[in-house]
Amino acid sequence: MTPLTALLVRDMRIAVRVGGGALIGVLFFVVVVTLTPFAVGPDLALLKRIGPAILWLAALLASLLALDRLFASDHEDGSLDLILTGRAPLELVIAAKGLAHWLTTAVPLIVAAPLIGLLLDIEPPAQAGLALTLLVGTPALTFIGVIGAAIAVTLRRGGLLLAVIVLPLTVPVLIFGVAAANAAVAGPVPFGTPFTVLCALTLASFVIGPFAAAAALRLDIE
Amino acid sequence: MRVNAVNLACRRGGRDVFAGIGFHLATGQALAVTGRNGAGKSSLLRIVAGFIRPTGGQLWLEGGDPELSIAEQAHYLGHQDAVKPSLSVAENLRFWTAFFGADAHKVQDALELVGLGAIAALPAAYLSAGQRRRLSIARLLAVKRPIWLLDEPASTLDAAGRGRLTDFMQSHLAGGGLILAATHGALGLNGAQELSLDQKTPSPLAGEGLGGGSEAKVGAVTP
Repeated sequence: MTPLTALLVRDMRIAVRVGGGALIGVLFFVVVVTLTPFAVGPDLALLKRIGPAILWLAALLASLLALDRLFASDHEDGSLDLILTGRAPLELVIAAKGLAHWLTTAVPLIVAAPLIGLLLDIEPPAQAGLALTLLVGTPALTFIGVIGAAIAVTLRRGGLLLAVIVLPLTVPVLIFGVAAANAAVAGPVPFGTPFTVLCALTLASFVIGPFAAAAALRLDIE
Repeated sequence: MRVNAVNLACRRGGRDVFAGIGFHLATGQALAVTGRNGAGKSSLLRIVAGFIRPTGGQLWLEGGDPELSIAEQAHYLGHQDAVKPSLSVAENLRFWTAFFGADAHKVQDALELVGLGAIAALPAAYLSAGQRRRLSIARLLAVKRPIWLLDEPASTLDAAGRGRLTDFMQSHLAGGGLILAATHGALGLNGAQELSLDQKTPSPLAGEGLGGGSEAKVGAVTP
């Protein structure tokens, strides 16, 4: 097993065990989306119109939930020091940890989205498109999030700071994610244009996220 | 292989912790770093491990793999044991051996050596402080790296654990290793030299003489 796959497997194993927080995200997502029809009322046309936005907002907040522990737990128990004495580049270490976080928190959420979309009167063909926007867009949320997680690593109440740092940076992802999801659900705007921009944002976050987070972590350790 | 430090200075949180620290540590040698609380023992080890940058002085490595930094050829054993409570004892150690690129088959042997072989499948949440420290020490045995940086390695160990740790350090030195250990008590190693950080803390009245510092002469350990 290479160092990075070992790290990926370890993080996923911790996440799915007791206290790991993998299911917290998807439960939060389901609860928020379920509450919406109760709050808005049984107006199906309205629910269908705001459905994609609700799903995306819930996905954004759910993906932030466990993010503050991404580096903080490794920092508190000394694992981060040892990771730095490893021979794997810190940028790739962060990418592996981000991938583990995405696999354990975002993937269950993408699987749950079509089921929970029924509550918002989103029909099956549109649900596939909506799940596709989440599949492509949530990695960007995670990889923007790692920057905030790295900055807030030494702070006691890092989760609050994390939200303040990360949420503004996710605005472009939210705009194009919801635009693509709306196009899939309601039309008539083409699905391809916002979806392509969403793909670009995710690819850019793969490049920027790990490098920015590595720089922040190196400063934190000192 | 030889770790050299000349005139190291450290400043933490706006306070000068120490200055003028130097040592030369060659293959087969051990150096005990002593000093009162707050003298900078841990900071010195963290500087050598590359976690913090010294505010002055030089630190370099002769010999060894030129492609790797000191940290990448060193084991750092700090106050925290880097043990994940939700993983089992063996899973914890297996992760670190894989992450450091070593063979997984040494894991069980290393656990037997530190006396945790019988509870390899137990979740690490149930370990005592001393057992967690033993698990950390097992990492040094499972993955071979020449430089050991030990910060109070015996602090939570019982008498038997301390005895074993001394044996591990002796055989590491005999195998061509280097040990830099911060300690209050005796390391129990024959021929280990001592670097005291007391008196190295710059006082406001200290003048020119400070920069010269004093260097520990490290003698070879006879295993």
